[in-house]
Amino acid sequence: MSASLLNAAVIAAQILLVLAMSFSLFRMAYGPRAQDRVLGLDTFYVNGMLLLVTIGIRTGSVLYFEASLIIALLGFAGTVALSKFLMRGEVIE
Amino acid sequence: MRRWLPYPAMSGLLLVIWLLLNQTLAPGQFVVGAILGVVLARIFRLLDAPTLRLRNPHRLLLLAARVSLDVVRSNYAVAKLIVRGQSRAVQSGFVSVPLRLTNPYALVVLACIITSTPGTIWVSYDAGRNVLLIHVLDLVDETVWIRTIRDRYEHLLLEIFE
Amino acid sequence: MNSLAELPLWASILVSIFLLLGASLALIGSFGLSRLNSFYKRVHAPTLGTTFGAFCILAGSITYFSVSQSRLVLHEVLIGVFLSLTTPITLMLLVRAALYRDRQKGSQDVPNLDLPD
Repeated sequence: MSASLLNAAVIAAQILLVLAMSFSLFRMAYGPRAQDRVLGLDTFYVNGMLLLVTIGIRTGSVLYFEASLIIALLGFAGTVALSKFLMRGEVIE
Repeated sequence: MRRWLPYPAMSGLLLVIWLLLNQTLAPGQFVVGAILGVVLARIFRLLDAPTLRLRNPHRLLLLAARVSLDVVRSNYAVAKLIVRGQSRAVQSGFVSVPLRLTNPYALVVLACIITSTPGTIWVSYDAGRNVLLIHVLDLVDETVWIRTIRDRYEHLLLEIFE
Repeated sequence: MNSLAELPLWASILVSIFLLLGASLALIGSFGLSRLNSFYKRVHAPTLGTTFGAFCILAGSITYFSVSQSRLVLHEVLIGVFLSLTTPITLMLLVRAALYRDRQKGSQDVPNLDLPD
């Protein structure tokens, strides 16, 4: 009983998160300006990270935690590099 | 003591992070984490970071409680704004807030607080004039925001850090 | 795929509430991102998902693993700490880049930023 409730809740949460990812993908694809695309990418990876956490719950494996930590790290570095690129036109100076 | 543990709080924090990452309280990992904490804190000292001195550490609890409450409240406010579709009509804008705070750690905490509460974003801080620029989503009255930041956060941060 | 542990009822209700609340907040945030009409408004929307939304989902994960393994599983706290430390940095950089680009385009309704060259 309680497992089926939890199962339904996890699947619902995953659907909501995938919808959220598609909204941020929309912003990433349609801009209109470069900063909107970067903002979309930033939201996209945060949503993806949260989706991985829910997948971890569904499979009962703690390994997904490490994957989401790495996504958070790389996403942060990526957004910082892209913002810097927008500001100066180059990343490495 | 100061030679080996220049930043005791940081060493402790690194130990806690190590134990959390490994999900254990085993003595072996404890030793590894402690060594890591001491060594990394000593490397950190080479960066010549200003020392952190908390005057009223217990007031941090009050600050944490206040911030959690504000995060929940402003999440609700911004979610309502988006769902109801009033978001296009809403007036947003930039606000300049003159600050009394100068401690770099206090400013970092303030940046995290302001950005973590949806609806306000830290844009820039002018160290020369000591003026903070934020962007507010639902801007009705500038003075309300200036008062909020000064009375709710800056006052407490001054008590804690300076 | 389906290997959900059988939790006590209170725990599964709690985890479900956390997960659904967090996922809805993330969805509302991303919805706002695609709906709001200017960049400076849009930049506020994702913070819904990165603050309370993320905390709810992480709290759900902590509750689930702590109850199902009957020991305290806390490493999700690290993601929460990391997120709340990095979101201000990314958003601040992004807004500053946007301001800079707007100034360069000659837009007058954004404040002047004295950026070092």
